[in-house]
Amino acid sequence: MSSQEPPAGAGQAIIRCESVYKIFGNNAGQMLMDSEGVVDSRKFLEAGLVVGVNDVSFEVHEGELLVIMGLSGSGKSTLLRCISRLTDATAGKIYVEGLDLLALNHRQLIELRRSKMGMVFQNFGLLPHKTVLENIAFPLQVKGVSTRESVKRAMEMVHLVGLDGRENYFPRELSGGQQQRVGIARSLAVEPDIWFLDEPFSALDPLIRKEMQDEFLRLQGVLGKTILFVTHDFDEALRLADRIAIMKDGIVEQLDTPANIVLNPATEYVRRFTEDVPREKVLRVESVMDPVDASEVPGDLRVPKDAIIESVAEEILGQEKQVAVVDPDDRVVGTLHSSHVLKVLFGGRTGKDGET
Amino acid sequence: MSFLAKHPKIVQFAFLLAAFFLLCLSISPSETNYLWRLPPLLKQLPGIINDSVRYLMFDWMPINVYDPIIEDYEEKPLFREMTRTVSGTFLFVINFVREIFLGGNKTVVAFTSWDFVNEYPWARWPALPWTVITGWAIILGYKLQGRGLAVLAGVCTMFIAIFGQWKPSMETLSFVLIAAPVSVILGLLLGIWAYKSRFVEATLNPLLNVAQTMPHYSYLVPVIVLFGVGDHAAAIATIVFATPPMVRLTLLGLKKVPADVMESGMMSGCNGWQMMFRVLIPTARRDILIGVNQVVMQCLAMTVIAAFIGAQGLGSNLLIALNSLRIGTGIEIGVCIVLIAVVLDKMSLAWANKQTDYFADLSFVQRHRYALMALAVFLAGSVLAFIGSFLFREGFNYLYIVPHNKGITTAPFWQTTVDWIWDTFFYTLKGFNEFLITSILVPMRDMYLGMPVAATFLLMMGTGYILAGFRSALIIGGFLLFIALSEYWDRALITAYMASFSVIVSAVLGIILGSLCAQSTIASRMILLVCDFLQTFPSFIYLIPVIMLFGITDTSVIIATIVYATVPATRYTVEGLRSVPPVLHDAGSMLGVSRLQRWISIELPLAFPHIMLGVNQTVIFALFMVIIGAFIGTTDLGQLILKAISDPQGTGVGLTLGLCVAFIGLAVDQMIRTWANERKKALDMN
Repeated sequence: MSSQEPPAGAGQAIIRCESVYKIFGNNAGQMLMDSEGVVDSRKFLEAGLVVGVNDVSFEVHEGELLVIMGLSGSGKSTLLRCISRLTDATAGKIYVEGLDLLALNHRQLIELRRSKMGMVFQNFGLLPHKTVLENIAFPLQVKGVSTRESVKRAMEMVHLVGLDGRENYFPRELSGGQQQRVGIARSLAVEPDIWFLDEPFSALDPLIRKEMQDEFLRLQGVLGKTILFVTHDFDEALRLADRIAIMKDGIVEQLDTPANIVLNPATEYVRRFTEDVPREKVLRVESVMDPVDASEVPGDLRVPKDAIIESVAEEILGQEKQVAVVDPDDRVVGTLHSSHVLKVLFGGRTGKDGET
Repeated sequence: MSFLAKHPKIVQFAFLLAAFFLLCLSISPSETNYLWRLPPLLKQLPGIINDSVRYLMFDWMPINVYDPIIEDYEEKPLFREMTRTVSGTFLFVINFVREIFLGGNKTVVAFTSWDFVNEYPWARWPALPWTVITGWAIILGYKLQGRGLAVLAGVCTMFIAIFGQWKPSMETLSFVLIAAPVSVILGLLLGIWAYKSRFVEATLNPLLNVAQTMPHYSYLVPVIVLFGVGDHAAAIATIVFATPPMVRLTLLGLKKVPADVMESGMMSGCNGWQMMFRVLIPTARRDILIGVNQVVMQCLAMTVIAAFIGAQGLGSNLLIALNSLRIGTGIEIGVCIVLIAVVLDKMSLAWANKQTDYFADLSFVQRHRYALMALAVFLAGSVLAFIGSFLFREGFNYLYIVPHNKGITTAPFWQTTVDWIWDTFFYTLKGFNEFLITSILVPMRDMYLGMPVAATFLLMMGTGYILAGFRSALIIGGFLLFIALSEYWDRALITAYMASFSVIVSAVLGIILGSLCAQSTIASRMILLVCDFLQTFPSFIYLIPVIMLFGITDTSVIIATIVYATVPATRYTVEGLRSVPPVLHDAGSMLGVSRLQRWISIELPLAFPHIMLGVNQTVIFALFMVIIGAFIGTTDLGQLILKAISDPQGTGVGLTLGLCVAFIGLAVDQMIRTWANERKKALDMN
């Protein structure tokens, strides 16, 4: 696991996990104690226990979007359920805004969920007997907000997710994409600080999925929540994440920024995910630029450092000279030569030139 | 040879049959031969049950109760005080509702005394004019669903009024209006409890199984002992009978709630209460509603049977009419019961499907328009009744209440029809009747009675083993052993013969009918509607037309049973065939199979497990009906149960007999259900 450090400029840790274990089966706690923290999932399986989450520690910072990526059975959803306490972790500590989550009693937990957490589910989890509006207003109503107030707030949410005019529809009358919009609106109705999304777009068709991802990025641009996002789709993870945690058999294989994961896969397992990823679509100029070299004079073209390479490649390739890379304040922070871009575009597929 | 190798079960079954017949031939009938009949070791059971119940009622846990009459404390057994309190409460509530419809002074008496009422004759509750109740039913129907239900409700209530069945109908209705809600609430609570605790579920499950296969009559006997005779006892028996399906369906519905929905409720911050009543139960609504519906239907089915222990209303009138062979009156009463059942059925469904509109910004009049309409109807009806008191100065005020049997009646017409049928078809019917009895029923019955007990065990347990495995065979053996050790083995064989004859005919009829209808979408929908409609008929109603045609004979019972039991067989066949994935139809068509080939080689094998579940239902239905048939004089277990009702020592006998019937049903159920579920899993047809 390479970088556990937060990216520069990130806020304080909102969620902190310390050695979280989740083991299913009878007598799981005892078995875990006996194994003194070193869990071999195969040995446990022989004893009739299934290891869901195995010694996971990480932090999520304020306003950060952490994607937990893994194939089915990797324990990613279980981890999310531990952090939302839909299931209780077998061992370990989970802190949410400094609060010891596992020490909360039932009442405090409900209070926390009513004020701080929102969650979106893979199969939407909409209440079939309630209309769109009633579904969205539901978390407010269980909190005890008046009908008038909650309906008003729910209407704002309907507008936010672009379902105007459908507030009196029932979930069964909506398409999958629209249903998930309702799920998103409902999870945001109480203005939570922390937003959990459990494979929110996996049940949708590819085109709709793309549309919903754009929608999600737009919402996140407006709202700036702290987000835990679970997916089995590596492309989706790359597209959305500030950082990605890749899980396998309950263990976090690597936790890093998308660029670092693509450039420096920590394990063979991670590398197999990254090998088919078109790098120009993932990497930003920043991650491949050279430091400013005073001896050479850059050309006139200036590219922003957080631009995706694909979007500026054509322009850079047309330049003879090095291109200046600038930060948002238009200061030159590095340079990039077209030969370097060519290497990113065509050189990385074999996986041999780790030095890209 | 390869056929036999491929179907080892057929070989096993052939060996089983061979062994069965060998046993039948080799065991000689004699009282002392235990292979022929087991000794009645459980003979003492009814007595033991009686004694325990008596101990519970009269001796257990005496407590001091203040008696206002002798102005002193008196020692009374706790349990009896409890049942008395329950009886009193029920009686009061039933009378209260009844007097809202029909007027009376019992509610006033409950708060004062008979002396008070006798002294002041004005102290009685006036009846609502029938016009008001009709109007209310129409408004309610309109509010719940719209014009269709309003018309249905109006037509039904008017029919009841015009045909002079108003009073007994309202009596029945008041009884259902108490029994049904209590059953629903009780069933809902038990269902929730079972959902919350696995232990409760495991305990409740066998109890529910027995409760749902015990014949209706058997509930009556212990209820008489514990609660006496009357409307309250009938209501309690009905509740005991109607609650199990509600528990079942509540549990089923709650278990089916998707994990996503449950988790979304938790993440919305629901506490336990909100979780149950705002997330789980509404999401499980469909199943719970079917439960409510079943409860209403069971309550109406019990109205006639409950009349045996003193429920007033249509049921007791029907019994009297049938006893004196007044078929015309019987038909009219039967129609009234069916009409009430249909209206309540539709209303309960519509009520549950109703949605609220949050956006409507309504004025006071709009918001309360139904209440205001109801009030207007009440005033108009009262004025009408008042005017009526001048119009019909002599005789009855028809605008107030149509007195019992003073309305229009079609009884003479029906009576003439029956007479005509008898005159015209007497020899045909008699011939058919005699043929059926002498050539089929009696030989079949003798065959059943000629089976040695060892052979029966071998056949049943062997079939159970082949179909459902060793465990099922043992369970079936246990059920049979209970019956064999009781005194009632021979009677049970007679019940079994009548039921199995009906089941075979019903299953064949149902499967053919269902298969024909399943060929077309429209026909399927039609036949399912017909099945729905027939299932709203209380079982007793089926006896009316057969008595009309065949008089009081075994034939009548068997034909009524066949008609009644064909309904589930047909329904399950249609459902099973329709649930065969359409892609298999397409695949079959592209392979060039004909319709018949498709039916035989694709649809039937896939739908067969579901069809067998239908046959399973058919068995239970047939058993119920055969037992009810005891009312018109059969000589099986049912007759003894019926006798037990009027016997002060009947509790033990009645319960033991009820258990015998239930165990026959459960043995078959165990066999078929286990097999069908495994088969369904193997075919991936869930």
